[in-house]
Amino acid sequence: MAAKSINITLKIWRQKNANTKGALETYSLNEVSTDSSFLEMLDQLNEQLINERKEPIAFDHDCREGICGMCSLYINGRAHGPETGTTTCQLHMRMFSDGDTIYVEPWRSRAFPIVKDLVVDRSAFDRIQQAGGFVSVNTSGNTMDANSLPIPKDDADKAFEAAACIGCGACVASCKNGSAMLFVGAKVSQYALLPQGKVEARDRVLNMVRQMDEEGFGNCTNTGACEVECPKGISLENIARMNREFLKAGLSSEK
Amino acid sequence: MSVLDSKIPTGPIAEKWTNHKNHMNLVAPNNRPKIDVIVVGTGLAGASAAASLGEMGYNVKAFCFQDSPRRAHSIAAQGGINAAKNYQNDGDSVYRLFYDTIKGGDYRAREANVHRLAEVSGNIIDQCVAQGVPFAREYGGLLDNRSFGGTQVQRTFYAAGQTGQQLLLGAYSALSRQIGLGRVKMYHRHEMMDLVKIDGKARGIIARNLVTGEIEKHAAHAVVIASGGYGNVYFLSTNAMGSNVSAAWKVHKRGAMFANPCYVQIHPTCVPVHGTNQSKLTLMSESLRNSGRIWVPKKKEDAEAIRAGQLKPTQIAEEDRDYYLERRYPAFGNLVPRDVASRAAKERCDAGHGIEANDTNEGVYLDFATEILSKGRQSAYALGDHNPTEEKMRELGKKWIEEKYGNLFQMYQKITDENPYETPMKIYPAVHYTMGGVWVDYNLQSTIPGCFVTGEANFSDHGANRLGASALMQGLADGYFVLPYTISDYLSNEIRTGKISTESPEFDEAAESVKASIEKILSNNGTHTVDHFHKRLGLIMWNKVGMGRNEKGLKEAIEEIGLLREEFHNDVFVPGTAEELNQELEKALRVADLIELGQLMAIDALQRKESCGGHFRDEYQDAEGETLRDDENFKFVAAWEYNGSDSTKSTLHKEDLKYEFIKIAARNYK
Amino acid sequence: MALTGLFLCTFLVGHLLGNLQLILKTGEEGRRAFNEYAYFMSHNPAIKILSWVTYISILFHAIDGILLTIQNKKARPIPYARNNPSKNSSTPARYMAVLGTLVLVFIATHMANFWYKMKISEEVPMHSFIVSVPDQSGQIQNQEFYYTHNLQLIPKDDNFSVKNGTDLYMSKMNIKIGEGYRDLHTVVMQFFSKDNDSALFAVLFYVLSMFVLSFHLWHGFASAFQSLGLNHKKYNAAIGYIGKGFAIVVPLLFAIIPIIIYLK
Repeated sequence: MAAKSINITLKIWRQKNANTKGALETYSLNEVSTDSSFLEMLDQLNEQLINERKEPIAFDHDCREGICGMCSLYINGRAHGPETGTTTCQLHMRMFSDGDTIYVEPWRSRAFPIVKDLVVDRSAFDRIQQAGGFVSVNTSGNTMDANSLPIPKDDADKAFEAAACIGCGACVASCKNGSAMLFVGAKVSQYALLPQGKVEARDRVLNMVRQMDEEGFGNCTNTGACEVECPKGISLENIARMNREFLKAGLSSEK
Repeated sequence: MSVLDSKIPTGPIAEKWTNHKNHMNLVAPNNRPKIDVIVVGTGLAGASAAASLGEMGYNVKAFCFQDSPRRAHSIAAQGGINAAKNYQNDGDSVYRLFYDTIKGGDYRAREANVHRLAEVSGNIIDQCVAQGVPFAREYGGLLDNRSFGGTQVQRTFYAAGQTGQQLLLGAYSALSRQIGLGRVKMYHRHEMMDLVKIDGKARGIIARNLVTGEIEKHAAHAVVIASGGYGNVYFLSTNAMGSNVSAAWKVHKRGAMFANPCYVQIHPTCVPVHGTNQSKLTLMSESLRNSGRIWVPKKKEDAEAIRAGQLKPTQIAEEDRDYYLERRYPAFGNLVPRDVASRAAKERCDAGHGIEANDTNEGVYLDFATEILSKGRQSAYALGDHNPTEEKMRELGKKWIEEKYGNLFQMYQKITDENPYETPMKIYPAVHYTMGGVWVDYNLQSTIPGCFVTGEANFSDHGANRLGASALMQGLADGYFVLPYTISDYLSNEIRTGKISTESPEFDEAAESVKASIEKILSNNGTHTVDHFHKRLGLIMWNKVGMGRNEKGLKEAIEEIGLLREEFHNDVFVPGTAEELNQELEKALRVADLIELGQLMAIDALQRKESCGGHFRDEYQDAEGETLRDDENFKFVAAWEYNGSDSTKSTLHKEDLKYEFIKIAARNYK
Repeated sequence: MALTGLFLCTFLVGHLLGNLQLILKTGEEGRRAFNEYAYFMSHNPAIKILSWVTYISILFHAIDGILLTIQNKKARPIPYARNNPSKNSSTPARYMAVLGTLVLVFIATHMANFWYKMKISEEVPMHSFIVSVPDQSGQIQNQEFYYTHNLQLIPKDDNFSVKNGTDLYMSKMNIKIGEGYRDLHTVVMQFFSKDNDSALFAVLFYVLSMFVLSFHLWHGFASAFQSLGLNHKKYNAAIGYIGKGFAIVVPLLFAIIPIIIYLK
């Protein structure tokens, strides 16, 4: 399809830093190629702002191919914009029409404080991972031969699907409760499905859930919004599996 | 003796590493907590190194510029990771992996390093599986393999098209465990600004907190640089936006040699550039070349008509298509190695046959129509229909393609808004990986004592061209299985050193010079944005230090980049202040280093009067347009010494490459 | 939330079966059946325990729900300027707290209407009926009787009195001779009867409340299974259908009862 050029109006959240108040600012941007990605459109706006000697908009991004999980943005009321199964970096301007007004806001969550403009701090996710998102095996390289422990293909595939989470935080951003259950559920599930993870399963789920609660995320009420907005299609099944693991661990743990 | 002592152990190739390990000095567990190590970068090489060193008991500080160590660009690797496990019983061995890698690198890599890489490759898979990395499996529950370019065995382990992601998350989980245990302190959103040397040894770094802008001093007994490759010198590449050369370049500026900067891998199948606002190129997996046929119109008029939108590719008759890879390389056809396929595409587009309607007309077709019909016929036969209509074959063929490549086709459609089931894909080569990097010896130590360099940031294992699925292997091999030994050997001399203070003239000098360079760039008040200069640099690099290089172009590039550097420092405009999150400032500081590097790449390419792997000099090709190596004069590693921001003043040092165990031969894919 | 929610679902079924007595049987037979059921519900020791569990469940479900909602609100201190949640979740799922609060208001009203009268203020009269019997002179006399659990008929006159709610005593000798029933049936019938001025309002309120309950269950039923970890490809569809069926059928049947009574 031939690229078109569209003119748009943007309403973008600007906030100097974590300690100041922010507000939506309005910008017009002309001649945006519909072949551009959403982030390239923001590049174009920033170029325009800098040339006008104004401060460009800060936003997180890195790989721009939908895998690093660094890009975010709440676009027209939806995490990563109107297209499902897509990160903002892979959202293209052909999803928008000439004359559109587009709202761009940062992820809103108490656990993801704003750093600047559209940039938020997602290190809460890292701390949850540090609380138990691993198998305690040291680097020796010869713990056991990789093929000494067959794993049913279905389990391995499910573990992979859970592990495909890119940690972008869209689940938290789109959940009306700001819950991180899909992120944590995916990690817990990956290990719960694999024999390597079984040994520490009990402590893992208890520790990760405790850390999740400490970070100030909300509670899961099973609205399913996270699953719909997840750019990697992580299934709600993972939350259920975590609930199971949590109940099991809670009932049997002596701690 | 040359300043470059590769410290390759003596003895038979298969015993070098084992013997070396057995005789290295160790640091006792009770002494390790007295020793600090800094790791810059948290990709496969950095995260695995930081996790391993933390496990051993050292005090580790890890740095990454992203918001989390999990974002490093290793995450984007698609295909897989090689390991000589021979699980498929197809004759694989450590020796074969060693041999394939040396040959793939066009005989420009160190034998001993590559053999060690092949030796530890199996351990990587064991380690990752033990960590819970969900590799693809067969129905029997055992690990699955697939084959990759440049090999005749199935040794590639994979996790769908997201192998890099799964391996990185494995290393990240090991790192997270150490952070949770307090043995690694993680500094995210921190960028290394300089290396601090005291008495000739690496003793710490200056880092900038990217959120507050604070310039921080961090001391250590050793510094590990694992900051990745420098493909972004071309502006457009498959690298992440933040990927940069700065950490490696700062080390270079402080005295470490930079080796083989001109070796760049250009991947043939990427989505072409669509316009001037494009920021990044996207790879389409190499596996597509198994089913797609690459062509351009035979007649230039047809190519012009296509670019003008008057013709569709499906309207070009079969006899008017030039399947140039099949024509030139009948034996390998569309499956020639990456560098060969890339050059052939460029040759056609330069001759005016490119089909993409962008500024440069650069694009060729990757056509699945033939495969759709043939697989459709197969499927129909399998269903008992021995006389299928063309429509039926097309329908079944598309289904076959969807099963095999569905996600790639979907991704392509998302980016281009074209349906590749109906019309051929448009592709073009793009910069993907850099084989060059900081020169290191066998112990992965640079020419600065105490400064180690791992992963893509060093130069060591891939010669002039990297084989598919080997980058992941090298990153993890360095971090998990090589560096922990070799750095301990170095640190065994540091147990009496005691805590290193940041209160020293060397730290002050480094911090002050960082502050001064930031101040300079912010107060410049020029007229152009950072991207303006970066794009210009990229254009020079792509046109003159890209897929095909020649003396004239390289000389022009060297001069143009020199001028660009002056212009950049005089005319760049960076808004904002130093005491806040300032992404333009970050970019500016990185681009300043990329400009210096770009010039050095051109200089290196100019001195290397031969063609090898990813480095192709138009002057050095055989009658059929293939690379012509000059083993007599250029069988060396070119290691450059920094002598100021004008890279033409850099000094060349040579490390001769000795092939004791492999006989050098020409690569032939006809 | 899930455990109490599912328990309350079973309570709904029990409650509904009882209520259906109001319309399935008519006349004196219906009255008797319902009042006997009401007696059973308030006197059977097992049911008594169950009813306490129910009270606690409702309280826990409500309090926990409120606490969770407060936490959830805190998790997003600054709302989005532009939000489009209808693209990713169902309306009932997003308004569970509001729906739950409305259900709680209904429960309070409902308990004030019947439960309070029955159990606390004891405003509900005894079940009695008038029997016409010929006296010695052959004259037909209307006499009002209570009836007891062992099917005795006790005349409603000065010789007998009611104590402790439903115990029937011989007034003079203070001897318990049986236990009667409260006439909740009549109270309900009058409450929703056309003759009662406020009945239309009451019917509307009850019917609307059942709509609210339906929406609450629409999400809540299947959600409880998910919370308990019961998510399985094989059974998800069944749980979904049963949940939606439950959310429609149970409130619908509840709602039909006051309408039928009103229209009678």
